[in-house]
Amino acid sequence: MGKYALRRLAQMAPALFLVSVAVFMIIHLIPGDPAKIIAGPNATDEQLAALTRQFGLDRPLWEQYVTWLGNALTGNLGHSFINNYPVNQMIALRVPATLELALAATFIAVIIAFPLGILAALRPGSLVDLLSTLFAALSFAVPGFWLAILLILFFSLRLQWLPPSGRPDFADQPVEHVKALIMPALTLGIALAAKLARYLRSAMLDVLDRDYVRTARAKGLQERAVIVRHVLRNALIPVITVLGLQTGDLLSGAIIVESVFAWPGVGRLTVQAIGWRDYALLQADVLYIVLAFMVINLLTDLTYGFFDPRIRYQ
Amino acid sequence: MSTEPSTEPSAESRSLHQPSHEGESLTRLALQALLRHRSGMIGLIVTLALLLLAILAPAIAPYDPLEMHAPDRFQPPSRTYLMGTDEFGRDIFSRILIGSRISFSVGLVSIAIATILGVLVGLAAGYFGGWFDTVTMRFFDALLAFPAILLAIVILAILGPGSFTVILAVAIVNVPAFARLTRANVLAEKEREYIEATRAVGASASRIIFRHILPNVSSTLLVQITVSVASAVLLEAALSFLGLGTPPPAPSWGSMLSVGRGYLPLAPWYGIYPGLAITLLVMGLYLLGDGLRDALDPRRQKLV
Repeated sequence: MGKYALRRLAQMAPALFLVSVAVFMIIHLIPGDPAKIIAGPNATDEQLAALTRQFGLDRPLWEQYVTWLGNALTGNLGHSFINNYPVNQMIALRVPATLELALAATFIAVIIAFPLGILAALRPGSLVDLLSTLFAALSFAVPGFWLAILLILFFSLRLQWLPPSGRPDFADQPVEHVKALIMPALTLGIALAAKLARYLRSAMLDVLDRDYVRTARAKGLQERAVIVRHVLRNALIPVITVLGLQTGDLLSGAIIVESVFAWPGVGRLTVQAIGWRDYALLQADVLYIVLAFMVINLLTDLTYGFFDPRIRYQ
Repeated sequence: MSTEPSTEPSAESRSLHQPSHEGESLTRLALQALLRHRSGMIGLIVTLALLLLAILAPAIAPYDPLEMHAPDRFQPPSRTYLMGTDEFGRDIFSRILIGSRISFSVGLVSIAIATILGVLVGLAAGYFGGWFDTVTMRFFDALLAFPAILLAIVILAILGPGSFTVILAVAIVNVPAFARLTRANVLAEKEREYIEATRAVGASASRIIFRHILPNVSSTLLVQITVSVASAVLLEAALSFLGLGTPPPAPSWGSMLSVGRGYLPLAPWYGIYPGLAITLLVMGLYLLGDGLRDALDPRRQKLV
């Protein structure tokens, strides 16, 4: 297992390197002088010269990269161009909001997907099965930001039950906080639920065909026990994998959903950083999101390798 | 999807490389299979209908999409304005019609670029292997490490928003998928006997690649193209929604929704119709892709 983990890490290394180069290059690929980009349009020539020296922008590119990488590895990703706060701090403040959203969405997805997927597998061709197919197709086609708008139209404007945006502090207003969480979490969760239900359905259909299920039934085991003890347990393995992979998708979905609902998370910060032309913030943001994405994929691979030994020996 | 038991390999390869009916080509059979596929046909009809609307839009739009009717701001849907008006009194229906051209052009052009680039790289990487294969695949791994929307956002942050840069961004996001798919197919086909035979009679590499391998890869490519256009339309809409796409006053569906979001209490229709349009187009393409996948699956073909 350890060898497999090391192998996967080694495979990740080139991609990690390229990602770090790509993120570093963001500011250098923008047309124009990086010093001007940092300083803004009203900088004087002296300010530009000072900045160039300060950020080492007159050094060769590879040297700048190494410096940047060294700083990044010690956790120093610079300061925001706009308000000069350490970029790490700004991002760290937003992480809990995104994490909360992701967890809530996953929870919603699981409670919708499990009954739907299991029933669809147990009754193929039935109404439930048809619904799950339709649900999956719709979840692909309906844009997240449109679903968000529809939810706002219905729950905020029509019923006046839920706030259309914002995130009240949990300590001050716990009920309001939870109310504000519902629609963003629903938007992300519904899309995830549809995919999850499909995977669960096909994983279960696959397992239901297996010989050990036939044996269990032949032994006289009650259908309920067969489903829970044999089918579900084995079907869960690919589903957990999918859940892990989709968590990465949750991160990208969060970029849009947080923007629609003004949910102060890392995703929204990314979009704001672009609007502010705060490239230091954007670089750090992108780096963290991509790192999180890669780590989640790695962990998912390892979990799958743990459960299914055949994968480890490929 | 279906998990049918596979047919005998010899019958399967026969269906791929020779017509199984007298004078009936594989394309003909696939087309017939598609015509019989219910949801695939729905997808085809919806997509073609929307494409037709997009092409004829300037002729059939009741109003100029940029024309403002100041006294008629925020009108609800009526006989005069089929889908209501926006904050400038512009007819939303006309804007949606013209906006379909943006969705189609970005979707089709970006995927065309992605297909050409991705397939060329995939063919070379798969057939020649070696350092080219390693380098390009590692590069694409890095691209795939980015969530699609984030990669597009980064590219647009660098290049600036605009219709051409959006096409470029969406294309770049999709190149790795095409390269990988083509490469995997090439690796599989490379070992087949007919390729060995072609090599034995002295055919050049490019002849083998383009005359023999590529046609056999084309069916999976076609499915991937359809699905990719669907996701390209979604990505363009999302980028426009975030303000990174085609700049106003162009009636991109995504940016219409973004503006409409701010006026929901005044004009709920503003938040409904553009989204409906996106969903309809993407659904049509998705169903078409599904139908093509089933129609082109050799295991489902009726063999003689």
